[in-house]
Amino acid sequence: MKTSTATRLGLRTVALGYLVVLLAVPIVLILWRTLGEGVGAFLESVRTPAAISALNLSLLIVAIVVPLNVVFGVATALALVRGRFRGRGLVQAVVDLPFAVSPIVVGVSLILLWGAGGWLGGVEKLGFKVIFGLPGMVIATLFVTLPFVVREVEPVLHEIGTDQEQAAATLGASSAQTFWRITLPAIRWGLTYGVVLTVARALGEFGAVIMVSSGFPGVSQTLTLLVHSRYIDDHNTYGAYAAATLLMGLAVVTLLLMTLLDRKRST
Amino acid sequence: MISVTGARKSYGNFAALDDVTLDIPAGTLTALLGPSGSGKSTLLRSIAGLERLDAGSIVIGGQDVTQVAPQKRGIGFVFQHYAAFKHMTVRDNVGFGLSIRKRPKAEIARKVDDLLEIVGLDGFQHRYPAQLSGGQRQRMALARALAVDPEVLLLDEPFGALDAKVRADLRQWLRRLHDEVHVTTVLVTHDQEEALDVADRIAVLNKGRIEQVGDPVALYDRPANDFVMSFLGSVARLGGQLVRPHDIALHRSRERAQSLDARVGGSPGVIEAVVERVVRLGFEVRVDLRADSGERFAAQVTRAEADALDLRVGETVYARATQGPDVTETEPALAI
Amino acid sequence: MTATTATARRDDTMVSSLPPRPTPQRQFSARPLGVGLVGLWLSVIVLLPLAALTVTSFGDGVSGFWDAVTAPVALASLAVTVGLAAVVALLNAAMGTLIAWVLVRDDFPGKRVVNALIDLPFALPTIVASIVLLSLYGPNSPVHVHLNATRPGLVVALAFVTLPFVVRSVQPVLIEVDREVEEASASLGASNWTTFRRVVLPTLAPAIISGTGLAFARAIGEYGSVVLIGGNIPRRTQVASQYIQQQIEIDRPVNAAAVSVALLVIAFLTLFVLRVAAGRSRRREEESS
Ligand SMILES: Nc1ncnc2c1ncn2[C@@H]1O[C@H](COP(=O)(O)OP(=O)(O)O)[C@@H](O)[C@H]1O
Ligand SMILES: [Mg+2]
Repeated sequence: MKTSTATRLGLRTVALGYLVVLLAVPIVLILWRTLGEGVGAFLESVRTPAAISALNLSLLIVAIVVPLNVVFGVATALALVRGRFRGRGLVQAVVDLPFAVSPIVVGVSLILLWGAGGWLGGVEKLGFKVIFGLPGMVIATLFVTLPFVVREVEPVLHEIGTDQEQAAATLGASSAQTFWRITLPAIRWGLTYGVVLTVARALGEFGAVIMVSSGFPGVSQTLTLLVHSRYIDDHNTYGAYAAATLLMGLAVVTLLLMTLLDRKRST
Repeated sequence: MISVTGARKSYGNFAALDDVTLDIPAGTLTALLGPSGSGKSTLLRSIAGLERLDAGSIVIGGQDVTQVAPQKRGIGFVFQHYAAFKHMTVRDNVGFGLSIRKRPKAEIARKVDDLLEIVGLDGFQHRYPAQLSGGQRQRMALARALAVDPEVLLLDEPFGALDAKVRADLRQWLRRLHDEVHVTTVLVTHDQEEALDVADRIAVLNKGRIEQVGDPVALYDRPANDFVMSFLGSVARLGGQLVRPHDIALHRSRERAQSLDARVGGSPGVIEAVVERVVRLGFEVRVDLRADSGERFAAQVTRAEADALDLRVGETVYARATQGPDVTETEPALAI
Repeated sequence: MTATTATARRDDTMVSSLPPRPTPQRQFSARPLGVGLVGLWLSVIVLLPLAALTVTSFGDGVSGFWDAVTAPVALASLAVTVGLAAVVALLNAAMGTLIAWVLVRDDFPGKRVVNALIDLPFALPTIVASIVLLSLYGPNSPVHVHLNATRPGLVVALAFVTLPFVVRSVQPVLIEVDREVEEASASLGASNWTTFRRVVLPTLAPAIISGTGLAFARAIGEYGSVVLIGGNIPRRTQVASQYIQQQIEIDRPVNAAAVSVALLVIAFLTLFVLRVAAGRSRRREEESS
């Protein structure tokens, strides 16, 4: 379709205007308000004990969630692509479920399952405090990030097919050798992409985590909870902006990685 | 020596292999020939252990391997779509089997270089499969399969994805390679020309069954049935019999045709036909004909014969079979 | 060619046009143990919590469930949620398609940056989105636009977090679109608008529908981006997720669970209906081409 210059400029203006008002201006504004006070003030604000502990907790959750998602995500993708078992359709549906469930509903569900009086609430008496403890936040994050690795690895497995694996078998490789030397290298970029998405979501999850966290500053606050509590509880708007800027920096790194990997993946 | 006995394999109700028994002598190059879906790949993959038989047994080199995993069968397998390890260099691809067997690095390097020289990929050691042409990839795959010194080499339509020229070259090259290494080789193909060209022996498959096994000349000249006859080359139906187009002689005179026809046994007789088209294909000439029964067939004659006959569209000629599965020539006769 | 002349390589084209058939083998398929572990994992992480939720929601019987969902404030929060999500979905359908169009068909300096920026809402934590929007449209707005605790404020927040869905589902389709069809339409005298409406839009429809559906489902459950800007005013700006959270805080798990289940059902129905619709329009598209 050959559009006239006027139409093209009009469409471009509307599209870019929308993006500017919705995305660009607010983000520039918050950066300006954070860094306008000087880099020193920003650094000071994100280096308070509460902030450092929040960063550590967020990273700890990521460090637990990512390996679990990698192992079970790859296993699920393998089962879905290579397996012929009854209930494949069900597994497909369950893997997509977290995309359709509100984070708050995730939190409520976990409370009802693991909380006092829940079906598995008994573990609390065994000294394993899930709700209002680290396990709760980890499980909540696992729930919301579950689809990423599976959904990124699955199409790659489909595409590479079984030819290379069969060739490895005829050359004498055991299933374990085939997995480590053939399958894993073949899916590595898809897997990495899934991990990046998982990390981003794990760092950024708020609704599900706030439901199952006790939210004590310096103890059970993640970075997102810190932003929230600084703004709401401490009326520390600047501190909230600063923490948000830190998270935004992580998001931009994520974005760069995604763009980079996207190119890698398609070659 | 590979012995397949009573092999059966079904997918649901569909029998991909229906009681297949086949012996493949050691050191030969045997082609499994048949149309698409006839079960060639299933049979080859069963020999490799990539497919598990429902019934029957497979013996390789005297050892019953029916229940043995593909890793332990001592085979080399070449896939139609190369199955190159995309993330490995040519050197690592070819050396894969040896490194699985934990051979010393120096030995692997030496062997890989030797093999790459044999398959004509010398100097390509550090390339990735994506940087090779289709033919080169397939030669790399072949080197990879040969690296582990397999007892048998199994190739599943190895040249099927290549264009005609490369395919013909590789075919010749495979034959020469086989004459050098003498490894028992089974080649799956749906291309009769390829089978006739390279194989010592051909097994023709159809609908999961073996139709005939034999050397190329025997199969071409004495096909066991119409299927084998028509699958191994062009055929024409002459008076209800299948004959090769180049085994049809044409005559201007009915008497001459009849007198010559009388000398062969089991012939379909002399057929009167009208010339519909004359096509000159280089050194040979194809004559499209319609018999008075309405049946159409083609005869293939040499250029000299065609010139002597001086055929024109619409003219009447008399056709007879000089050879065929049922035709026995009692004394050689000149065509005209 | 004569009828009885059989030719060699009769199945050549068939073979080469077929992709390598994936033949699952026993030794390459997932082992029962693996499948069992995967099932266990999915059950513990996803299914069991949702089962506990559903069972709890009926803890006071079906009538208890019904009462919880139809309590005026609960119902109002659901209505606000669905209404806002619908508005945001439509906004996305229009703006997302437009942005995709500009990103594919137009060319201007900095296009790649803009293209990368589209994914930012996915990478940005929702609570950060909330803070970011508040800084511009909140109490100390430099442009004096105060959307704090208003429905337009919620629309802005939801539009922010759902921005990528439609853009990213329409973009690849638009790239693949056969430009000759548009040229043909133009050569037959159709105006640009007619060409877009009658030729381009039907091709894009499945992608627009599915992107819009995803945006709607996301908007229905959104919490982090609305928690600060929404104001949580019952019957006016309180969305369902905020209501649910409140019910947990005042220790009414059955109410919370019931509204959660209602929210889930709405999300599933949306996704299901849209999947059917997208499938249908895709099929129509395929049949016609
Ligand atoms: N994994 C499978 N599932 C179902 N049917 C199969 C499978 N593998 C092969 N078949 C069927 O078995 C028949 C023989 O296949 P194959 O051995 O690949 O034939 P060929 O190699 O001679 O073309 C075909 O009809 C094919 O559709
Ligand atoms: Mg085959």
